[in-house]
Amino acid sequence: MTVTDVEEAITRAHQEEWARVVAALTRRYGDLDIAEEAAAEAFATAVERWPAEGVPPNPGAWLTVTASRKALDRIRRENKRDDKQREAQRMYDDSSTEPLGAIDDDRLRLIFTCCHPALAMEARVALTLRMVGGLTVPEIARAFLVQETTMGQRITRAKAKIAAARIPYRVPSAEDLPGRVSGVLAVLYLVFNEGYLATGPDSEPVRHALTAEAIRLTRLIRALIPDDGEAAGLLALMLLIEARRTARVSATGELVTLDQQDRGAWDQAMIAEGHGLVRERLASGIAPGPYQILAAINAVHTSARDVRDTDWTQVVALYDQLVAIDPSPIVGLNRAIAVAELDGPEVALATVDRLEDRLSGYHAYHAARADLLRRLGRSQESRAAYSRAIELAGNTAETAYLERRRDQLG
Amino acid sequence: MQYMVSVIDEKANNGTQEEMDAVDVFNDKLIADGYWVFAGGLAAPSTATVIDNRGDQPIVTDGPFVETKELLAGFWIIQAPDLDVALKLATEGSKACNRKVEVRPFL
Repeated sequence: MTVTDVEEAITRAHQEEWARVVAALTRRYGDLDIAEEAAAEAFATAVERWPAEGVPPNPGAWLTVTASRKALDRIRRENKRDDKQREAQRMYDDSSTEPLGAIDDDRLRLIFTCCHPALAMEARVALTLRMVGGLTVPEIARAFLVQETTMGQRITRAKAKIAAARIPYRVPSAEDLPGRVSGVLAVLYLVFNEGYLATGPDSEPVRHALTAEAIRLTRLIRALIPDDGEAAGLLALMLLIEARRTARVSATGELVTLDQQDRGAWDQAMIAEGHGLVRERLASGIAPGPYQILAAINAVHTSARDVRDTDWTQVVALYDQLVAIDPSPIVGLNRAIAVAELDGPEVALATVDRLEDRLSGYHAYHAARADLLRRLGRSQESRAAYSRAIELAGNTAETAYLERRRDQLG
Repeated sequence: MQYMVSVIDEKANNGTQEEMDAVDVFNDKLIADGYWVFAGGLAAPSTATVIDNRGDQPIVTDGPFVETKELLAGFWIIQAPDLDVALKLATEGSKACNRKVEVRPFL
C-alpha cells in the first residue's frame, strides 16, 4: 500500500466514519465534549499508525474502539468515571420513549441535538459542521470569516448549554419530527448558501468546501429519513445548483448569470441525479414543500440546452405554487424575474416596485430592478439601482458583475 | 432535572380572570402528570427591597435591584426529564398565562 493509498483511506474514513464515531461515543458516555475529543484523538492516532501498520480491515470499527479507549482514558484521568457513567445513563436513557424503528441511528440523534431549536442558529451551524461534518474549528472559523477563538467559544458555549439544560440526545417523537427535520434542513441550506454565495470582500466567491459538505450531510439525512420529501427536495436543489458552479464564475472572477452560462460546462451527473430526485418526488403524488418546488424550478432551468428553450410558463407556474405556501417578498421577487421573461420587463417592474418597503435593504432587489430598468431603456434609473445593489452586495463575483453592467450603460 | 419557567411581563398586573383560570387548569395538569414542584406569582417590582450585608452594616434599599422594561411576574419550577419536555410544558404555560416565559435549568 502506497502513502497515497493510506492518505486516501484516512480521508475516506474521516468522511464516512467521523459522525458515526462521535455519535456512538456521545451515546455511550453522554457527553459531546468527550466524544469530540476522543474522536479527534482516534483519527490523529490513525494518521500516526496506519502508514506503518497498514489500514485495518474495518477502519470504522478500529476508529470506534480506539476512540472509546481514549474516552475512557480521559474519564479515568478526570477521576469522574462513576459520575460520568451514572450521568450518561441518567441523561440519555431512552428506554421510556417510543420505538424509533427504521430511523434509529446514532448519527441522526447527533444531528437533531446539534440542530436543536433552543440553540442560536449560528451555534447550530457551527456545531453541526464540527460534530457531524468533522470540520476543524479553524476550518469552520475560516468559512464564516470569524476568529478561531470566537468560533471555538461559540461551539464550547453550545456544548455547555446542551449539557446544562439537558438537550436530549434522541430522535424527536413522530409528532415533533416534521418541524425538527425542517430545522435541520434549514441549517444545511444555510451552510450551502454560505458556500454558494459567500459573503465578505476578501473571500472566495464560491467556497466549495462548504457546498460539498452541505451536500454530503444532506445526502446523509436523506439516507437516514428516505421518506421525507423535503430532504430529497433539498438534496435535489443543492445538486442542481452545484452542477452549475464552475460555469457561474468567469475566469476573471465575475458572476456569470444563468442566461450567459456555458451550459456545456454544467456537471451532467449531478443534474441527472437532481432530476431523478425531482421525478421521484413528483411520482409520489404528495404535495411538495418549498425545497421540492425550488428543486423543480431548477430542474426546468437545467433541462434547457439553451436559455431560449427555457419553459418560462412552467417556471412561473412553479413560483405561483411556491408563493401559495411561502408568500415571502424574496419569493415574490424571484417570481417577478421569471414573469419578465413571459410578460415583459414592464409588467415585472410593476410587481418588483411593490416590494420596495420590504426589500429595499436587499441587494438582489436593486439588482433585479436595475436589470429591468436597463431593458426598458431607463438608463439613469438603472444606473442608480445598480449603484445601490453594489453598495449592498457582499459577494465579490456579484459586485464585479454589477459594476460591469453599470459601466456598460450608455 | 428541575427547570425554572419564569413569566415575563412588561408591566406589573395580576392578569385577567380568564388568564388566572387558565393557569389553574395548567397547574392542575402539572400536578396530575408529576411535573409540578412549585409555582407563584410575584407582586410588582416596586414592592421589592434590596439588602446588601456584604460589608460591616446591612444596607437596605427600596426598589428592585435593576430597573428593566421587562419584569419577572411569576414562575413555575418543574421537574422534567429533559429540555424538550420542559419546553413543551413551558409552551403550554405561556399560552395559559398569556405571557412570554423563559426556561432555565437549575444547576
